[in-house]
Amino acid sequence: MRKGNAGGGSWFPRWFWPSFAAPATIWLFLFFVLPFYVVLSVAFGTLDPIFLTAKPVFNPVQWDVTAFRVVTGKLLTSGTIEQQTLVRTFVYVGIATIACLLIGYPVAYFIARHARRTKAFFLIAFIAPFWISYMMRMFAWVNLLQPDGYVNRILQFFGVFSEPRLWLNGKPSTVIFGLIYGYVPFMILPLFGTLDRIERSTVEAARDLGAGQLRTFFRVTLPLSKQGILAGCIIVALPMFGDYFTQTLLASTRQTAMFGNLIVNSIETSLVNAGASLVVVMLLLLMVPMLYYLRSTNIARELAER
Amino acid sequence: MSAGLSLERPSALRRLDAWIRNPWAQARFLWVGAIAYVIWTIVPVVIAVAFSFNAGKAQTTWQGFSINRWYTQDVNSVFQDPELRSALAQSFKLSALVVLIAVPLGVAFAIALDRWRGRGAGSANFVMLFSFITPEIAIGVGLFLMVTKLVMSVGLGFKSQVLGLSMYELAYPVIIVRARLLSIGRHYEEAAMDLGASPTRAMRRVLLPLLSPAILASVAIVFASSIDNFVISQRLCASAACQTIPIVIYSSARRSPLPSLNALASLTLFTSTILIALAFVAYRRLTAGERETAAGR
Repeated sequence: MRKGNAGGGSWFPRWFWPSFAAPATIWLFLFFVLPFYVVLSVAFGTLDPIFLTAKPVFNPVQWDVTAFRVVTGKLLTSGTIEQQTLVRTFVYVGIATIACLLIGYPVAYFIARHARRTKAFFLIAFIAPFWISYMMRMFAWVNLLQPDGYVNRILQFFGVFSEPRLWLNGKPSTVIFGLIYGYVPFMILPLFGTLDRIERSTVEAARDLGAGQLRTFFRVTLPLSKQGILAGCIIVALPMFGDYFTQTLLASTRQTAMFGNLIVNSIETSLVNAGASLVVVMLLLLMVPMLYYLRSTNIARELAER
Repeated sequence: MSAGLSLERPSALRRLDAWIRNPWAQARFLWVGAIAYVIWTIVPVVIAVAFSFNAGKAQTTWQGFSINRWYTQDVNSVFQDPELRSALAQSFKLSALVVLIAVPLGVAFAIALDRWRGRGAGSANFVMLFSFITPEIAIGVGLFLMVTKLVMSVGLGFKSQVLGLSMYELAYPVIIVRARLLSIGRHYEEAAMDLGASPTRAMRRVLLPLLSPAILASVAIVFASSIDNFVISQRLCASAACQTIPIVIYSSARRSPLPSLNALASLTLFTSTILIALAFVAYRRLTAGERETAAGR
């Protein structure tokens, strides 16, 4: 089919399409690829012997892994702050991702299947958090969770607690709650995308052949939405892993610090070298889900099919 | 469906009775769950906006209604406090410039990706999507190290914020415009060129008008998303002069939050909401003809 119209080659001069692609490609190279190269050059660079500032080495032949090995060594030694933080981050992200799925799936299922006249309303309500600033949504909770905030007042009113609870003084549950609250919307959209595309006739066929409601769900709908579940979990877990601001806003203690806090603390205390190494470690850890996500989804095509 | 079978709608009381008797039928619990979810996501934000109209200083107790105390009147209001005023101006300046760079670059890139299947375009697209899902902190640290260790002439501050953020936001226009290109196909500009239009003219007179709804949507989304951007803007900012709204909220939320902070946050919310609503209405209008033909078929 594409050969029939010669790929546009008969109409367009040779320079035409490359000149469209060039500006964005240059932009991506300068401000995405090059920064990563600098991260590697700093992580595998040397330290100034007197001031202990990081000296990037831009020639890959001379890259030196001693400083990088120190950082990975700390991450692998049990009992260090670094390792505790890494393990904690995996636990937080794991719990929050599963919770996002458990909250997001029924909601996405509802809009895809049951909201008929109200579909537009619900879709707008579900997309709203995307254009409400993340900082504002977290800030809203900071005030609600204060000792004299509405959460404590409601809980005390119903007699759940007699004393106000200090939600913001380093409770892991508050940080996980914040992560869930912040990232659930990103889970709902891909789930809605897959659930909405399941043919109604497939589900009806299962019902006609005698499967009950629950059986239809577990044998037909759930397997068919596996792709959306995986995509949703990855798209939620990736930014959570690099999140540091939720923790700072809602807890801000060393006992709840996440991997992102390690990176930011190193950068802000001028341990740039360690910060760069931690970024490299993070990307190595996340590389597999990232590549899987890129392979399995084609965002533009999905949008066009709507 | 089942709703079509009953000839008249059951009365509200009868429906309530049926609900209580069998809350599991017809996904009633899903209804309740979805509504609870909407309340959970929206109400905290509504409360935060409401407190920007609080007459007193408290963030946790309502002390009466005042429409402008924390916006214009008080010494610490958004328009009086120099820190907040500067953050407001800085955020708008940054987002506007990011839109001006990211949208044209993204639109051109999307057209090239769709119409020209060169080898380079595919890998550039891969890099772009990669940038889209990389945790922002990695990009932020990378840009920070680049402007402090490699190209010191750019330096931390507004310039690097614009450059870095315009790269990060590139993916939105590319994805939106590509989706549109896929659905309009390439017949229109081919027809124009068969009728004698030059390639550039066919682009300008045929393809660009067809793409205008997608371009409009991209402008709204890129603006709303850059005005909310925190990680990259913060990593590239080393002085008070380049602080944007999210940075100010972040640094004072736990320290000394006055309702003026709510007012500042509310202002971005109002702007983004109005912008997205406008883009939505314009999008519907621009594509109204297409939906009619689709329905008439």
